Amino acid sequence: MPRVYFSGKALALALLAPMLAIIAIFFLVPSAQGLWYSVSRSVDVFTGRKIFVGLENFSILLTDPLYHQAIITTVIFSSLVVFFSVSLGLILAAMANRVLWRARKIYQSLLMWPYVVAPAVAATLWLLMFNPLVGYFAFVLKQAGIDWNYHVYGGQAMTLVVAAATWRQISYNFLFFLAALQAVPPSLIEAAALDGAGPVRRLSSIVLPLIAPTTFFLVVVNLVYAFFDTFALIDTMTSGGPYQATTTLVYKVYSDGFVGLNYGSSAAQSIILMVIVGILTVVQFRYIGKRVHYG
Amino acid sequence: MIEHHRILDIICHLTLIGFVVICLLPVWVALVGSTHDLSSILAAPMPMLPGSFAIENYTRALNEGPQTASADLRAWRLLLNSALMATIICVGKITLSLFAAFAIVFFRFPFRKTAFWLIFLTLMLPVEIRIIPTYEVVANLNLVGTYTGLTLPLMASATAVFLFRQFFMTIPANLIDAARMDGASPMAFFFWILLPLSRTNIAALAIIMFLFGWNQYLWPLLVADDLDTIVLSLKRMMDVGDAEADWPVIMATSILSLLPPVLILIFLQRWFVRGLIDIDK
Repeated sequence: MPRVYFSGKALALALLAPMLAIIAIFFLVPSAQGLWYSVSRSVDVFTGRKIFVGLENFSILLTDPLYHQAIITTVIFSSLVVFFSVSLGLILAAMANRVLWRARKIYQSLLMWPYVVAPAVAATLWLLMFNPLVGYFAFVLKQAGIDWNYHVYGGQAMTLVVAAATWRQISYNFLFFLAALQAVPPSLIEAAALDGAGPVRRLSSIVLPLIAPTTFFLVVVNLVYAFFDTFALIDTMTSGGPYQATTTLVYKVYSDGFVGLNYGSSAAQSIILMVIVGILTVVQFRYIGKRVHYG
Repeated sequence: MIEHHRILDIICHLTLIGFVVICLLPVWVALVGSTHDLSSILAAPMPMLPGSFAIENYTRALNEGPQTASADLRAWRLLLNSALMATIICVGKITLSLFAAFAIVFFRFPFRKTAFWLIFLTLMLPVEIRIIPTYEVVANLNLVGTYTGLTLPLMASATAVFLFRQFFMTIPANLIDAARMDGASPMAFFFWILLPLSRTNIAALAIIMFLFGWNQYLWPLLVADDLDTIVLSLKRMMDVGDAEADWPVIMATSILSLLPPVLILIFLQRWFVRGLIDIDK
């Protein structure tokens, strides 16, 4: 850290001003507004006048079966996406780590690009494969005797959303696991091999504990991804349907607020989500603080 | 030395190749679909090998958009909008973050810690969870349907500030001393010494931020109005219903929409990986 500083408070503040102005106008003001919405109710649709109702919005929400359903949907969706994308990313990275350097580079290039595909586009690509009318694989499934139509069956819609979300995220996890695996000292692996440990044993007893920090980090990042970044994916694929089968908590904030125009409930849901993100961010930051040394 | 199981190696290669195929399959299907006319796409099962309508479909997607859409969904316009939006967000984020990090690292001033924490707070408040009030602010400022409204709220970036801050802190104090001795003003130091030193960091981050901008969905969905982006347009094209949708154009548009990010990745892979790993350090 440099111990020498420039003088000139005015200049420093001028440099910070644009960023702080954006934060104030588009982050702090809306957040305060959201806080007020969450504890108020609109009493006059024409003037938009609101009265303070305390925690009414929250209590309505927490007793609403549709909200409970959204919580369950979110838990199922996120755990499936996190489980599949982290475990498949790890398996592929462990395998790529075994093969020769040149082949590994090729596999890396061929496996990482889905991550740059926008979630909404990933959703479209999967729809084009599984659309009941034009999808090739929908046809295959129908030939196999499955009544395939994600417009109607919630379970099928969920499967498709999870598949598309995972498809995009495996690449990311693969990349980070591969970097972590390459950082494992070869001498440790060789020592274990000399002691007679096979490839699987070496992976479970030596490699996995060593890369545990990466795994933990990826679980948090993937959880945030499954919570927030999949909005586009769900909106494009299913619009939260059929019958709310793919309505996650974030999707519900949007649909209750913008489609249902229930600002109070939507704001209350935002607050609940904010607490969840806050916890995830603190967990992540504490972990980052351990790995990176700030001077 | 570590033993080599031939069978295990083969299993590894087969699994990896299998996943490479799974990665490519969805794009292959869309690519093939974009080279057929509607009747052969509708004939179940859809062909799995390219047809001869590629030029017609892509010209139609670029210049006319889907036949059944009510809005103007010509792909060249959508691509242009997406590129403009992504570029503005990317340049804005990096410029503002460079300035902010410069102020935080190289100056002493009151509320320095407060400013830093305010920026950190933006990490905790993703646009998804304060969506209605943010929309209202933008609507009150009459910014709906403008590039300003589309990009300005997305320009605050805790990630970029952190990254530049971390990098700036590794810059040796002698350098600042020398610059001051030579009579350089703070801004001269910033432009002539700091920026050239940060080149690689800026490049790596610019790629990530451009992709971030390109992939935006929820915010444009609310405030874009007529400034539809290509990422946003796909749903609108399919919303007319399975039987009505102009599938060849949808397939061509989906390929067009993933082309810029994938091309960036292919040509700038080294920078991309670096930026990604920098950000999550």
